[in-house]
Amino acid sequence: MSTTTAPGRSATLLRTYAPLLAIAVLAVLLLVVAPATLSAFRLNSLGKYICWAIAAVGIGLAWGRGGMLVMGQGVFFGLGGYAMAMHLKLEAAGPEGVPDFMILYGDGTIPGFWEPFRSGPFTLVAIVVLPALAATGLGWLIFKRRVKGAYFAILTQALAVVFATLLVATIKETGGFNGLNQFTLFFGYNLYDPVNKQMVYSIAAGLLIGCLVVVWQLYRSRFGELLVATRDAEERVRFLGHDPANIKLVAFVIAAVMASIGGAMFAPIAGIISPSDVDATASIFLIAGVALGGRALLLGPALGALTVGFGRTYLSEQFPTQWTYFLGLLFVLVILLLPLGVGDLPRLVRARVGRSAA
Amino acid sequence: MDAFTTPLLAGTATGALLLIAALGLTLTFGQMGVINMAHGEFLMIGAYTAYVTQQVVTNIDLSILVALPVAFVVAGLMGLLLEVCVISFMYRRPLDTLLVTVGVSLVLQQLAKDLFGAQGDPVRVPDWLVGTIPVFGYNWPYRQIFTIVLALASLGALAALLKYTSFGRRIRATVQNRDLAETMGISTRATDRITFFIGSGLAGIGGVAVSLISGTNPSLGTTYIISAFLVVVAGGLGQLKGTVIAAFTVGIATAFFADWTSAAMAQVATFALVVVFLQLRPQGLFTVRTRGLA
Repeated sequence: MSTTTAPGRSATLLRTYAPLLAIAVLAVLLLVVAPATLSAFRLNSLGKYICWAIAAVGIGLAWGRGGMLVMGQGVFFGLGGYAMAMHLKLEAAGPEGVPDFMILYGDGTIPGFWEPFRSGPFTLVAIVVLPALAATGLGWLIFKRRVKGAYFAILTQALAVVFATLLVATIKETGGFNGLNQFTLFFGYNLYDPVNKQMVYSIAAGLLIGCLVVVWQLYRSRFGELLVATRDAEERVRFLGHDPANIKLVAFVIAAVMASIGGAMFAPIAGIISPSDVDATASIFLIAGVALGGRALLLGPALGALTVGFGRTYLSEQFPTQWTYFLGLLFVLVILLLPLGVGDLPRLVRARVGRSAA
Repeated sequence: MDAFTTPLLAGTATGALLLIAALGLTLTFGQMGVINMAHGEFLMIGAYTAYVTQQVVTNIDLSILVALPVAFVVAGLMGLLLEVCVISFMYRRPLDTLLVTVGVSLVLQQLAKDLFGAQGDPVRVPDWLVGTIPVFGYNWPYRQIFTIVLALASLGALAALLKYTSFGRRIRATVQNRDLAETMGISTRATDRITFFIGSGLAGIGGVAVSLISGTNPSLGTTYIISAFLVVVAGGLGQLKGTVIAAFTVGIATAFFADWTSAAMAQVATFALVVVFLQLRPQGLFTVRTRGLA
């Protein structure tokens, strides 16, 4: 019974691929328009927001579609960030060199776990594998025992607190409170050269677009359906013969890897990664953008994160100390009034208009 | 002997602090399903109340005793305000309340920074709390003993309230089955508000104890809140006995870990301990039995 008419079919096609079109528009804006119009300084700031947005896309998957409120994504952001920073630090120090802070605070010897990060390929693999392993381990323990909801949120936040404390306490190994900074080379490219800086920015923007396409495909897949079903009625999914723990675990691991990729690009773009970029407050900041943009939407988390990142810079420039008030009030107002984010506004308006017309 | 008594006794005092903080949390979490991330800031408010009270009541020996009820009321009223203005709109959205209260906690911390400065102020310890008592080779500060006494007194008062008063009966009924309690003519909303007042007030009292040990600080709440939440998670919801056991276990275990390794590693170890413990009892030590699936 293939009676679909041509216009009907093209409408379906449009509906299916409209999100991809939106991603393409975003790609043009970030990769072509922004580098052409923004100053080097502003472009670098935008690069930082893009790194947060990459992590936010993962949070959208885990929290928006999976219902897992991940309050410790800073940990995975940090795993990627520190892995990359360790490599850049060793690169800056030269083939047999020792990173400056180790001579300053330690006895000038490099801890064993640093050594493999001399290798660029190893670092790139570690950026994906480390967070995946950590998230699998933790997620396995938590989801298999059906720990969920607020318990899960609290455990992830506790993890972020523990991680930041550990970093601050290990000044000889990780630079402590100051973190790792002063990178000169990025896989052989001089980071002080504006052309190379723009290249790093483009890599980050490309990764964001890539993550969005991955998530778009996931949302269309059977896995995406199962994930939403698990969010809305975990017991029913279990009764239908699926194991919700595995479904949640996959989403959690993907979210962790995305956060790690964001962190890995953050280090060369920001020029620093420190405990304050990965602690509980930083993790909450990552969630803020997702909540603002719309956690369950495809582009909501990324656009929200870009907005919040821009807002942070703008408001800190205008009102140096009051920025925290805005972040706090943003949480209260958005979640109180627009629980599904600004991206949910069109639907709410349509519902309101529809009701008054009826 | 000191290698054993020092962490044991100091850890008991930390556990007592965690207990005061966790009592309010477990009450509101168990009864309303509300995770109040701003609870730590009520500790901070309690600490600043102690500081301000000392500026008004200049007799140091007396001011701490005055500060205790004042802190209870001030923190309690702040909690009530939060319940009425924000949380009462968000029933049956527990994860969202968690995020909203994160926002509130950020605002309260910044407010404290702007009002009192980012550095924090010292709270003077009254003469009758200065000094130590030797116990098996450890000089146990009176302040730590005072904290433990305060925690046990709060616990006793709360337990008595829950067990013997009609209001306590209403709370227990609401925890066990909200809809049925409502059907029986209990105003669950009024009960919720008073529970929130008491829970936040207890945090205020805890804040006074903290201020004696470490002075005031705008970010004081964040140092305790995560441990307090781990206590609640490990202890089980809405159950005093689970909270008591979990609080002292976490406090003492952290002290021992810190003694053997470092303060940072102790946090890692305690976190691992709680995650492993949840493998054995995913719902915490004790739970309220219900027939619901969720």
